[in-house]
Amino acid sequence: MRVVVVGHGMAATRFVEELTGNSAGVEVTVLGGEPRGSYNRVLLTSVLAGDYPRDGIWTHDAGWYRDRGVTVRDGIQVTGIDRAASLVTGADGSRFGYDRLVLATGGVPNVPPVAGLRADRSGGLLAGCHTFQTLADCEALLADARHARRAVVVGGGVLGLEVARALSERGPTVRVVHRSGALMDAQLDPDGAAVLRRTVDELGIGCHLSTVARAVAGRDRVTGVVLDSGSTLDCDLLVVACGIKPDTALATGAELATRRGVLVDDAMRSVTDQRVLAIGDCAEHRGRAYGLVEPAFEQAAVAARTVLAGAPGRYSGSRTVTRLKARGVELASMGEVAPEPYDEDGVEVVKLIDPARGRYVKLVIRNGRLVGAVALGDADVAASVTVAYDRRSILPPDRVRLLSGGEQPGTDPADLSDATAVCRCNAVTAGQIRTSAGRGARSVAAVARETKATTGCGSCRSAVAALLAARPAQRAAPNRRRCTLSDDRCDEERVPGGRT
Amino acid sequence: MGKTVTATHCPYCSLQCGMELVASPAGIQVRGRDFPVNNGGLCKKGWTAADLLRGDRLTTPLVRWQRDGPLRPASFPAAIDAAATRIRATQQKYGRNAVGVFGGGGLTNEKCYLLGKFARVALRTKNIDYNGRFCMSSAAAAAQRAFGVDRGLPFPLADIAETGLVVLVGSNVAETMPPAMQWLARQRAAGGELIVIDPRRTATAEGADLHLQPVPGTDLALAAGLLHLLVADGGVDDDFVAARTTGFGEVRRLAAAWWPERVERVSGVAAGRLREAARRLREAPTAMILTARGAEQHSHGTDTASGWINLALARGLPGRAYSGYGTLTGQGNGQGGREHGQKSDQLPGYRRLADPAHRAHMAAVWGIEPGDLPEPGPSAYELLGALGSDVQTLLVAGSNPVVSAPRAARVEAGLRALNSLIVCDVVLSETAALADVVFPVTQWAEESGTMTNLEGRVLLRRRATAPPPRVRTDLTVLSTLAGRLGVARGFPDDPREVFDELRAASAGGVADYSGITWERIEAEDGVFWPCPAPDHPGTPRMFADDFPTPDGRARFQPVEPAFPAEQPDDAYPLWLTTGRLPGQYQSGAQTRRISRLCGRVPRVEVHPSLAAALALAHGETARIVSRRGSAEFAVSVSDAIRADTVFVPFHWGGTARANSLTDPALDPTSGMPGFKACAVRLEKPEKPEKYEEGTG
Repeated sequence: MRVVVVGHGMAATRFVEELTGNSAGVEVTVLGGEPRGSYNRVLLTSVLAGDYPRDGIWTHDAGWYRDRGVTVRDGIQVTGIDRAASLVTGADGSRFGYDRLVLATGGVPNVPPVAGLRADRSGGLLAGCHTFQTLADCEALLADARHARRAVVVGGGVLGLEVARALSERGPTVRVVHRSGALMDAQLDPDGAAVLRRTVDELGIGCHLSTVARAVAGRDRVTGVVLDSGSTLDCDLLVVACGIKPDTALATGAELATRRGVLVDDAMRSVTDQRVLAIGDCAEHRGRAYGLVEPAFEQAAVAARTVLAGAPGRYSGSRTVTRLKARGVELASMGEVAPEPYDEDGVEVVKLIDPARGRYVKLVIRNGRLVGAVALGDADVAASVTVAYDRRSILPPDRVRLLSGGEQPGTDPADLSDATAVCRCNAVTAGQIRTSAGRGARSVAAVARETKATTGCGSCRSAVAALLAARPAQRAAPNRRRCTLSDDRCDEERVPGGRT
Repeated sequence: MGKTVTATHCPYCSLQCGMELVASPAGIQVRGRDFPVNNGGLCKKGWTAADLLRGDRLTTPLVRWQRDGPLRPASFPAAIDAAATRIRATQQKYGRNAVGVFGGGGLTNEKCYLLGKFARVALRTKNIDYNGRFCMSSAAAAAQRAFGVDRGLPFPLADIAETGLVVLVGSNVAETMPPAMQWLARQRAAGGELIVIDPRRTATAEGADLHLQPVPGTDLALAAGLLHLLVADGGVDDDFVAARTTGFGEVRRLAAAWWPERVERVSGVAAGRLREAARRLREAPTAMILTARGAEQHSHGTDTASGWINLALARGLPGRAYSGYGTLTGQGNGQGGREHGQKSDQLPGYRRLADPAHRAHMAAVWGIEPGDLPEPGPSAYELLGALGSDVQTLLVAGSNPVVSAPRAARVEAGLRALNSLIVCDVVLSETAALADVVFPVTQWAEESGTMTNLEGRVLLRRRATAPPPRVRTDLTVLSTLAGRLGVARGFPDDPREVFDELRAASAGGVADYSGITWERIEAEDGVFWPCPAPDHPGTPRMFADDFPTPDGRARFQPVEPAFPAEQPDDAYPLWLTTGRLPGQYQSGAQTRRISRLCGRVPRVEVHPSLAAALALAHGETARIVSRRGSAEFAVSVSDAIRADTVFVPFHWGGTARANSLTDPALDPTSGMPGFKACAVRLEKPEKPEKYEEGTG
């Protein structure tokens, strides 16, 4: 069977991994639009920020494809699909016959119609102006940013903020222009966006909200952005980060049904032609075009099953979590975030708003399960809430427990509860040591003779000494937890909060 | 009568702490002994070990003369006859492979060796394996493919005190091998750091500089994420990678796809904490990465261990002073137990049964034709799955699979379905209780032999007291049984004679013992293998110059993070993980019989939030239900466990048998079952629920 993959991004690469990992006898050809092969696009903002080496983002080398018998043509512009002839044609006149065609064409940046942004009729951007989608974009921006002093990012969504933060780490002062009154309005509720704005401000990134760029100033190179308020932001670098739209040009040309993206069924097949599949950013499944990498991976796996197996794979949609990758901003957003307290019966909404510390946590709960959340400013909460959402975990009845992270306070040995094991080797508790001291043991050696504490690894010696030094304490408890008793409470247990 | 003092080792874990047994008319007393792993310290299992000698133990052979009759005392010759008759009957009716052998990682090297030889030469069956598959087989396989050799620690335990950073992955040293904590304590006192990775805030984690508390079964993603961050921040030792390893390019590319936020989503470990761990690893002048069962006992355990080895290699740790990768072996002779041929695919000296040259070597030592050696057989769980079908008679030595095997209810049913079960054990374990013939065997203080501890140090266990009159060593049982089966030669029962044969058999192998003698062990506080000649000093530290691979380089393994096959869902919304308690050991067959050891009530550790959500109170009984079965435990409310995970110890049988619940999905390389993560629900046992094996 001949499988042709158009696109060589993360979805396409994962598809090839899944396909070749499970079968031989499939003849795979990958046609990549970018010149240098497949890389982890997700890491581009990290490369921009200087957090990841540029040469480290590649997914596979040529040998990997060779070992799997996969033909790769990078830097080829696919111009058309002839579905009747089962052929894909390239701009250079090359033709590729297929039995199954997989469209993984990804997305293209939205470029709003701002006066002066396009340098010429061919659509190229004015010098100093960039989009941010490909490695080439990233490299061009990096080269430009080296000398830039003032940058403006148009777009205050996920990509815009990641790029803004990455640039600010490189040196230029950065300002963000956002059409909405709230940053990341697609992922955040108004309170969350307000706290985020403070956080972003504190990182030295200025936000201009509820405003759009009306024009770009500068003849040969950008010198500023004129806002619709009339004011001008001077800048020598401009990044347009107004989202990505699915690249459906090929599909449309081949008369495959599209809306936002290429319409696919649960097996990732085009609803128009079962021999054509679409995955990743270019696909639209049950009304959703995700634009995120995890759904793309899941779709790639399903598509591989569909291509290989007699029975088509089944994709029922992804649970998505947006996790901002910007140093100094810990933000995760997932599921339904819009409901507010009192909005509707049957939905619980719990919020922690702490702008002074840049903290915001919102939980949306239905039927005892987390169906949406925002966690900002607390990395541990972001992590635990994400798992609870992804796994539909049982939630604590006291929801407050979900709002704070897992730091444990250190304990002075003298404050240990009687039930706490001090000598792990011999399961001797603080209570037993106090009792021993109460009976006259005045030295670590004396306690050791009586209880065997410190006679294993000896690492509890200082704790035992601290307990002895804390005498006379009123705390000395009766020796009710001596480990030789057939107490049903074994001594290695830990009871929280001093409950015994 | 005066006192006699015998220098020997603790009967329990892989540390094999030195102890003295003081015999007097009043009985045997335990004293600490200065030995390089414990410096005289012992944990409470060690201090109370002498109770094993007086307690509830077997003193006479037992035979079940009628199928549903009781076990009755019998003389040793009568029991040997009964066993031989049953073995012959099965062989005649079903063939040689219908007799299986199941060994253990607590047996001495001599017993492991003779048991393997008994299976291959006397029984001529391919069906032999052992409980080490349920222990450290994943780390063993990973070390083998990376370094060309598997020795738990490639350095002495004491080196831990000198390292800058210890990363413990899925190990609770403080509670499972307490005397080893002294080395960590010294390391910390000298300014060293400790990172612990464990879903529970164990006693070990409590004292760490950094504790990462991941979702069970996600350790490989953490390792990939840490490697990603090493690449990101220039933490890779490029010179080491270039000079001493192969395969980094592919591993580096795989790690690129595991950025911290992606790792966070699957592991629940905050990206910031992962970065903190990576920073410590990058900045530490020397570092050791040590894995244990928490990381290894998964159906992707070998890959997980490989992920941590990859990280160690990228950082340039293996072979450097006070640095490296190691696994903290569990069972007393877990190391030696996997070297001498009781593994289904292995011959003594860590030779491979599938390798023609290795077969020829062993056949020559044993005086048989290479063609007479059986082919490699199935791994432990598959062997236990064949009970009652392909395997009709099973000989068990030093193992209690009724409690310790995954999906234990099915294993128990298999044992009951056998034509005959023969068990050698010290006590009437849950497995022995099902047997048709039970041989009471000597225990640690009643026998001599060698053990190999977690450092690869071969040491000597010495007899301090005589066993009860009808109790024999496993060696005598095997020797006598072999004779009764018509193989009169080649089965000595003197441990020294067996050790000398083992030395010759291992010569030239990876785990070469040929230069080790009892005298040297006594004189040198043990000898580290490989030790290929009497004048060879042994090898405390490995890999300084090269790795025992064909090209001398360590091999990165391109492993992709995988996750437990069984994930929580609405019907089984919690993760279950299992482990050990300080006062118990393995299946508890020994420790549950010692009244001075605490923790005799099996408990499930439940986070306060979860307990509140399920309205379970501390001390109340809860039923845990998985797709395999159910078990009941007393609730112990503890904030040391993740709120989405419950923890149970696996020391008990009966209704508190953790392995009624665990997932038997096997690691494709090591045959390790997924003990450490499966999906369960927790309920109040008000409505008794009938559970049918095999559903779900």
